[in-house]
Amino acid sequence: MTKSRPYDDVPGTTVFDERMSRKGYHLNQFCMSLMKPENRDRFKSDNRGYLDDWKMTEDQKQAVIDRDYNRMLSLGGNIYFLAKIFSCDGLSFQYAASTMTGVSEDEYLKMMLAGGRSPDGNRYKHEWDKSNG
Amino acid sequence: MARLTAGVATSHVPAVGRAIDTGQTQNDYWKPMFDGFDFSKKWEESEKPDVVFLVYNDHATAFSLDFIPTFAIGVAEDYAVADEGFGPRPVPPVEGHADLAWHIAGSVIQQDFDLTVVNKMDLDHGLTVPLSLMFGQPERWPCKVIPFAVNVVQYPVPSGRRCYNLGKAIRKAIDSFDQDLNVQIWGTGGMSHQLQGPRAGLINQPWDQAFLNDIGDNVDRLVGIPPEEYIREAGSEGIELVMWLIMRGALDDQVTEVHRHYHVPASNTAIGHIILKNGK
Repeated sequence: MTKSRPYDDVPGTTVFDERMSRKGYHLNQFCMSLMKPENRDRFKSDNRGYLDDWKMTEDQKQAVIDRDYNRMLSLGGNIYFLAKIFSCDGLSFQYAASTMTGVSEDEYLKMMLAGGRSPDGNRYKHEWDKSNG
Repeated sequence: MARLTAGVATSHVPAVGRAIDTGQTQNDYWKPMFDGFDFSKKWEESEKPDVVFLVYNDHATAFSLDFIPTFAIGVAEDYAVADEGFGPRPVPPVEGHADLAWHIAGSVIQQDFDLTVVNKMDLDHGLTVPLSLMFGQPERWPCKVIPFAVNVVQYPVPSGRRCYNLGKAIRKAIDSFDQDLNVQIWGTGGMSHQLQGPRAGLINQPWDQAFLNDIGDNVDRLVGIPPEEYIREAGSEGIELVMWLIMRGALDDQVTEVHRHYHVPASNTAIGHIILKNGK
């Protein structure tokens, strides 16, 4: 079950396979609940109180409160589910993507207008290890 | 008999829907993207399909993690437009074609593809954005729609080859339906994009262009692409392109390209669009 997968060496990418899905079930189902306006209102008025109704780990709850999307991904969140959180905050996919890449929304928008992030140097983890020294 | 006449592929980015719904299609950012669909709208006005078999993926809208169908066919008479977290898009509800949908479900299941049959599901941007791109903003959609949802969220997702062969089974089903209908099949999603993690924003234009070049006459190469190549080369969400192969599988072996459009960026995504007609 824990054997490696042919996509494990892609850098900066979490593939939502069963290893992630089993960790993230309750986190993702919490996200799903935000599709109802009354739940969005409750969550917005009290993040912590709303999260305490869900069988999530403390780490997962804290990552949601911090809006730390990379952390949520590492704890089993799937991006289409996590999208319900930033939609609820009135924020765009482009904004959320920029926070995951560690640049400002403006810098991210410029990168996309210039044709996006090139695959060159971004295909394998060892390419990232090298560039980080 | 029902006739499958053409295939359409197009991306289905939510921000594209928002641009349409808020009247921003003619600004500097969006105009070049939307211009590529002017031809397509006129083409649809002359083609007048009766039914569109619309292959898309649900984005954690109708299906949560409670149950995850690999292939789901909608057999309802009508469908509501989903609230994806910021209210439903202001577009008309979608009318189904229950007779043809049930016929296809029966035929395809008997051809050994195990479909999930769905009587009730709300439809998200994966389905409504392609309708807006191809039909504009009518009071009601000009044709009936059979929604066909493919799981590309929870791995493992179906392979390109599985999708292509499923397209062939869908074609057999359409060909054997005893009503005179003009049917189109659409494959949506893609092209290269990654929405998550430190590698978000990945776009691979040469890879996308090669995909567009080969979908008509060299689809055998595309059918063999493994999931890890989509992830590595086209970004984690580029895997949606397997849905284009269902569309292609349903068409004749010989097709004619009618129109093509490619534009970067639409939010985080490379927009790809192609129209193929059966026969040379």
